[in-house]
This record gives sequence, structure tokens and C-alpha cells, in this order.
Amino acid sequence: MEIPNVADKWSGTVNEITLGATKDKGGTRTKTITIGGAKSIPFMDFEGNPGQKPVVAMDVYDVPPEDWPETLAKPFADVLNDPAQWAKKCVEQYGADLICLKLEGIHPDKGNKTAEETVKTVKSILAAVGVPLIIWGCEHDEKDNEVMPKISQAARGECCLMGVVTQDNYKTLTATCLADGHALITLAPVDINIAKQVNILVSEMDFPLNRIVMFQSTGALGYGLEYTYSIQERERLAALTGDKMMSMPVICDVGHEAWRTKESKSDDKEVPQWGARDERGPMWEAITAVGLLQSGVDIIRMNHPKAVAAVKKCIDRLY
Amino acid sequence: MISIGERINGMFKDVREAIKNKDPKAVRELAIKQTEAGASFLDVNVGTAAADPVAAMKWLVEVVQDTVKTPIAIDSQKFDVVKAGLSVAKNEILINSSKGDPEELDKFMTLAKEYNASLICLTMDKTGIPQDVERRMEFAMKIVEKAVEHEFELSKVYIDPILFPINVDQKQPALMFDIFNQIKMISDPPPHRNVGLSNFSQGTKEKRLLARIFLTMGISYGLDAAVMDVLDKDLMDAAITAEIIMNQHLYSDSYLTACRK
Repeated sequence: MEIPNVADKWSGTVNEITLGATKDKGGTRTKTITIGGAKSIPFMDFEGNPGQKPVVAMDVYDVPPEDWPETLAKPFADVLNDPAQWAKKCVEQYGADLICLKLEGIHPDKGNKTAEETVKTVKSILAAVGVPLIIWGCEHDEKDNEVMPKISQAARGECCLMGVVTQDNYKTLTATCLADGHALITLAPVDINIAKQVNILVSEMDFPLNRIVMFQSTGALGYGLEYTYSIQERERLAALTGDKMMSMPVICDVGHEAWRTKESKSDDKEVPQWGARDERGPMWEAITAVGLLQSGVDIIRMNHPKAVAAVKKCIDRLY
Repeated sequence: MISIGERINGMFKDVREAIKNKDPKAVRELAIKQTEAGASFLDVNVGTAAADPVAAMKWLVEVVQDTVKTPIAIDSQKFDVVKAGLSVAKNEILINSSKGDPEELDKFMTLAKEYNASLICLTMDKTGIPQDVERRMEFAMKIVEKAVEHEFELSKVYIDPILFPINVDQKQPALMFDIFNQIKMISDPPPHRNVGLSNFSQGTKEKRLLARIFLTMGISYGLDAAVMDVLDKDLMDAAITAEIIMNQHLYSDSYLTACRK
């Protein structure tokens, strides 16, 4: 009996975006990263071109993180106070494709750092590493609207990925990213209809659709991963069936979410039956990332070097 | 929704004059306006008054494609007129239309394949238009059979079950819904389901309202293409909204903006 061909045909493509700009393109990056381009659902290359390989962005904070468990802090112990050195270590030792600078310290309740201080941090990272940068605000609307435009201007021409904008707060960052040539992250927490709405709102300001990356907020394994998974899967299907307002690559924040769980944080003495924390934590992060990869993800934000290595290996094997 | 803009038709005075005087201005304007309104195809019909329909069709197709890149629906049942339009075509083409007689379908499908065009097929033949669901479906099945025989892609076949004006035979419009449903299940992928919408409410006092309601009801039964007044914004928005309700596009608060693009 002939086996019927059940491969689906897709009419749409996920937009391709190149992050980072080299000297000839007006920036100072020594490396650029291109994401997107999928014409099929992940790992189904017999249905169409799977596009660019997903990439790993490693998180660097502008202030030393207070809530990191020992397992996570250990590999970075010598650099947690120096974002530039931290970024360098992520790229040179741990193979980060991009650096995601999380501006935790600008939040009014977490240090309230000024735009000037933060610009210095951004410039020091741009000088320390050659990979493209993701710059992520503190998600306090007023403070982000005050600080992010100054950072955008300071990094003008570098084609950073800046975020995040939401349905209720998008105008300031969209305008400034448009002017300074950056790409933009649109956030809609686990809501596909709002995800489309933010993209429409941003595009109505003449921001090009092919410079947008979507973020749905991320749930770690055991903490809502399935919600993130199903939204991202529906988004990818919308893109592949030709919905231009949903054809953006997707980013997810695995590191931060995986390391908030008790399964990765709990001390060995507390839960001896769960196995050693130094293995358990990175594993929790890696499994969250690999799970989400199947739904269609283009950039994964991660933290622990062991998890990064495992996920990169998995991507290399599957693509 | 595959919306086929009906305005470039020699039945309208401005187009008739344009053809007569070889003055492209009015045709260009209509091509641009209908494209901006979201037309998927621009129907091009030389009307009945053209002295030389073959030359007029060539001229119209050339004027339209010099102005916009929008796909064109070459509207004529005369084989030589359709062929003339195709001979100068650069844009994507839909042929509107072939009757359902086997020899007509053979001729038109061969031509459509040669030019990589799509084809509207009417559920009627030289003996006339059937009045019931069953005979229309017989035609639909014969059309699909012919397409398979010619190895003509079913996604390029549009079946038009011929919508009667409501003021001619009021029983007819409601029969269409059953037909759309059945055509959807005839093959995988199914052929498109098309109607001439304006004809339906021609000569009535509520022309636009009737067209709008028929279209939205039709979409809920699987109608996916219509030769229509794309410049009627309410009609276009109603079609988008019906498709949203039928879960054919992803909802967002600004879905009209998104779908109009």
C-alpha cells in the first residue's frame, strides 16, 4: 500500500531580521545574527525550509541579581558586579550568540539608576563584546519611557533589539527605535489577540513589520510552559498561513523563569530526593528551553552556562 | 475573501467612453481606487458596445497592468476575447468565465493551463441554467472531474453556481448556501465558490444592504469569492467581519485595519 503524503503546505514565512550592525552598516558589531525565515513548523523540514537556527541570548544584569541561587551565581561570581566583563565571559567562555542586557537596576524599587549611568553600562558592553545586544527595560512604564530613549540614542546604528512595548505603552519606544534603527520587542502576556493588536498598533506608527520580535511572556516547566507553548504554536501557525501581522520571530525568557522555580532553587538538604541542585537547576532550564523550541522560537534568553551548552547542542543536532 | 472588483466594465458609462476614445484616465483611476480598496482581482469587461472587443480587451488589460500590479479577471465568455487579453497579460490572471459544457471546459482549461491562469466555471451549459441544487451540483462535479482530467489545479478553479437576482426568483438565493457547503466537500483542496454579487440586488431599492447580507451569510456557508463592488467600504468590512466570526483570521481589536492591508 502506498503511504499517503500528509505533509502540509504553508503559504507564509516568518520574517527574517538581522540584529546588530557591523562597521559598513553604521555600527560597531563584529558579528550579526539573523533570525526567522521559517517556512514550516519547527523540525518538519520536509514541509518547507525551517529558516534560521534558533539562537541563545545570555542575560547580563546592570546590577548584581539579588535572588540568584548559588548554583546560578557561581559561574559568574567574578563578574556579577561588572556587566561588561560579565557579557565578555558569556560570549567568550559560554558561547552566547547575543547578550541580553536586563535593566533591572533602573526600576524605581530596585536601585532607580539614572539614564546617564545606564548609558555608560550599555556603552561599556558594546565596547567589550562584538555580538548584537538585546536591551530590556525594567517594565515600569514611566521609568522605561525616561531611560530607554536615551539608551536607544546612545546605541544608534547598532541595530539592537529593544523592549518591551505593550498595548498600553508603545509610542515612546517605538518612535525612538524607528529613529535610531533598532528592532523592537512587542509584549502581550499569553494573549494571542493582544499580540496581534500590539503589532498592528506599532505598525500604524510606520514601524516596519520586519523589525519586530514577539514576546508572549514565558512559563517555566511546571509553571505554565504549556500556555506559552500553545500560544507560540498558534502564532507560528498564523505566520505560516500568511497572517502578516503575526509573521514575526519569537523570543522567550527561559532563564529568569526557570530559575524562579522551587525545583531549580531548593537546597539539596531540603529535598534530597530531587537530586543535586547543581544538576537539577540547569536541567530545569534546559528542558524548559528545549520544550519551547518545538513550538517555534527564534531567540531564547538563558542564564546557566551548562543549560546554554545543552540547548545549543540540541539545536545543532536538530537543525 | 477573494474580492473581484467589478467596476472596469464597458457596461458603465465612464469605461465605455474610455474604450471608445482610447482615453485611459478613467480606467487607471478605477484600477487604483479598487486596488486601494483591497480588491484581490480587477475584473475587466469590454461591455457590449465595443466596436472591436478583441482590441478593446487588449487595450484594457494593458492600461490596467501599466497602472497596478493587481491580478486581473478577464471577463468574457468569448474565447477569442479571453485569448486576446491573455496574450498581453503580465499580471496574474483569472478567466471569467467558462460555461459547463464539456467542450467549453476543455477549451478554457487548456487555455488557462497554458497561461497559468485561474478559471471561473459556471454551473450551466448551452441548454440553460439549472434552477435546483442537484443539477447545479452535477455541473460542479463535472467541472472538478474535468479539472482532474486536465491536471488543472483545483485551487485555481472557481465554481459559480449562478446567483439569480432576488427580484427575479426569490427562492433561488437560499439554495446557494447549500451549494457552497457541498462544493466545499467535493474535493481536497476544494474549488473556490464564487458569485456575481451585484447582479443579485440589481434594480432593488436596497441594493447595498441586500448584497452585504447575502455576502456575510454566504461566507458563513463557505462562499469565498465574489465579483462585487469593492468600493463599497461597508460591504468589504462586512466580509472581513464575517470571516473573523468564522475564525478565518486571528481576531485583534484592530482586525479591520489588519485585514484591510
